[in-house]
Amino acid sequence: MSSIDSKPRVALFVTCLVDLFRPSVGFATLKLLEDAGCVVSVPEAQVCCGQPAYNSGDRKDTVAIARQVIEAFEDYDYVVAPSGSCGGMIKDHYPALFAAEPDWQRRAEDLSARMFELTSFLVDVLKADPVAAKLEAKVTYHDSCSGLRELGVKAQPRALLGSVEGVELVEMQTPETCCGFGGTFCVKYGEVSTDIVTRKTADIAGTGADMLLAGDMGCLLNMAGRLKREGSSIQVRHVAEVLAGMTDMPAIGESK
Amino acid sequence: MSMEVTAQNFEANAAKALRDPNLRKAMGIISGPMASRRVETARELPEFEALRDEGVKIKNHVLQHIDLYLEKFEQQLTARGGKLHWCRTPREARETVLALCRSRDAKIVTKGKSMVTEEIGLNDFLLEHGITPVETDLGEYIIQLAHEPPSHIIGPALHKTREQIADLFEEHHPDYELNGKKAGTRSTEPQVLVTEARSVLRDTYFRADVGITGANFLIAETGATVIVTNEGNGDLTQSLPKMHIAVSSIEKVIPTLEDLSTILRVLARSATGQEMSCYTTLSCGPKRAEDIDGPEEFHVVLVDNGRSEMLGTALQPLLRCIRCGACMNNCPVYHSVGGHAYGWVYPGPIGAALDPHMIGLETARHLPNASTFCGKCEEVCPMRIPLPDIMRHWRELAHEQQITPPLQRWGIEAWAFAAKHPWLYRLGARVAIAALKLLGKDKGRIASLPLASGWTDGRDFPAPQSADTFMSQYKKRSH
Ligand code: SF4
Repeated sequence: MSSIDSKPRVALFVTCLVDLFRPSVGFATLKLLEDAGCVVSVPEAQVCCGQPAYNSGDRKDTVAIARQVIEAFEDYDYVVAPSGSCGGMIKDHYPALFAAEPDWQRRAEDLSARMFELTSFLVDVLKADPVAAKLEAKVTYHDSCSGLRELGVKAQPRALLGSVEGVELVEMQTPETCCGFGGTFCVKYGEVSTDIVTRKTADIAGTGADMLLAGDMGCLLNMAGRLKREGSSIQVRHVAEVLAGMTDMPAIGESK
Repeated sequence: MSMEVTAQNFEANAAKALRDPNLRKAMGIISGPMASRRVETARELPEFEALRDEGVKIKNHVLQHIDLYLEKFEQQLTARGGKLHWCRTPREARETVLALCRSRDAKIVTKGKSMVTEEIGLNDFLLEHGITPVETDLGEYIIQLAHEPPSHIIGPALHKTREQIADLFEEHHPDYELNGKKAGTRSTEPQVLVTEARSVLRDTYFRADVGITGANFLIAETGATVIVTNEGNGDLTQSLPKMHIAVSSIEKVIPTLEDLSTILRVLARSATGQEMSCYTTLSCGPKRAEDIDGPEEFHVVLVDNGRSEMLGTALQPLLRCIRCGACMNNCPVYHSVGGHAYGWVYPGPIGAALDPHMIGLETARHLPNASTFCGKCEEVCPMRIPLPDIMRHWRELAHEQQITPPLQRWGIEAWAFAAKHPWLYRLGARVAIAALKLLGKDKGRIASLPLASGWTDGRDFPAPQSADTFMSQYKKRSH
């Protein structure tokens, strides 16, 4: 930790979906990090982690975007994203992109070591105190695939939710099963994607929860889209909003 | 001709599958009980993860020295009176099997379950040449009656419901009698159906001139071939006729019996959630003078079909596959569309990674794309094959070789161009979210977006929270 007042200097990787669809998640993340004693910056040169290009097979552009991200986040103790998917891309996949360029690979590995998903950063790295939020709600939690399988995010969000006063957590039968989002998959193979998310929403509804939480905007938009199409009254939110006590905004896909 | 390829029609195949109520009912069994049995048996064995590592090590070692182990296998097999036939292509393999059958003047051959014989299109070929193959594995028998290809590598008829099977049996066994009595009314009870298939097949075992099986493993140190089944049909298939032909492929070789026992412990647990399959049968050559039964001739037809080309490439890990089926049992896409949608012999994640090599990327281009990259297949694969990485490898080749449709390629390149020029990206983003915000104005969601109908046909599209991005709101706040 290199800063003068020894507070960790954290850069927020906003993620493109939060930037575009749900700025409140960015502000909730800021609040959580600041409450936990971090000095947070939001580097302006950031756009996206490059996953859409990476998963579409456009390796050249992926590498170019990754270079940009590596440069933009070089000077911070930590980089934190409210997403397991973008977090996983940077932490798990960036180093391998530069197998033929040792200098860049070192820089990618350095970033990888400093990169964290929000809830795992709060719990595993900061060992932060319980959050101070309150919410009377019966919630269920969806484990997003990349967060779960690439970064081991599973217990952390649940531990944090456990400290929110009034929250009761009820588990789905298959919280670890993919929601069918899959990036461009959800549009390219829309029917298949819809079928997968329909199994998911049945599981969600079966819990009797009145709120669905997860740590990734992609999955949240997908599940909210299906729940709303089904006429469900279950609210869908990013876990950061609940942890930061910022649930006054309308839920995803709602206007009130 | 090998099995008919319809992989190029994946989208249409999937759409059809999604509308098939019988298939949907059948898939419920795979995604539910089958997947959870694997989790339970794996949990009961504390060393399960260590055994997986051990299995990976064995296979990696073999693949590094595959020529040596195959030679050793051939030596041992020959020493025990068996004969090895090396076949580069499916055609060579078919011709070889046909010649062997003809040498016995075969009219009827019984068959145990074998994916490699599906790969080389053996059944149709034999039929064309006047030889009737009869599948003896219950699942294979059912789909043979239905004239369908397998939809799953270990449960070829898993897509069929009990009702459909009862219908098939009624149609194909009009004279079926049990204990001399005409069977009673049509039943959909599994036990009754199994008994019916068994008694119909029993007679065939004795009439068959040749028995053809696959082989899950080839043991280099002893020259034995190994099959793993739950019905015991393979044993009857290979021990009653005068000639036994095992059709297998080169990557099935492993060094020792010790290695076999390691891999068997993860195989059944991963496949069906059993601790062991019911029958593990080793064939160690033809009948010896002192044996009471067994075939007079024992042949191993060893198929390459593009496998040796995979050595030393990004595809090499696929040669570790032990065809357990866990990847498809746990795949959300497979659960939705079933095996036939993939349009070739190997469906599910292993097919999505392997088929482009076997039938060409152009034909199979959808398969590695039709994945959410959820990573579940890699999590459950006993051989820890990086299936998503290999699917991504194919996506990269398809992009490079311009096999990906132009609109998709240009779309992603245009997006990437913007992502590399943040000012342009922010401008585009502002326009796009302002428009979306407007469209969703009263409800916070949009019911129909013509350019993203893949999404909105079945889901609402949540509107952006604000016409202002996070970055721009943040800037305003901090200045
Ligand atoms: S890829 Fe792995 S999980 Fe799939 S069939 Fe092969 S060994 Fe089993």
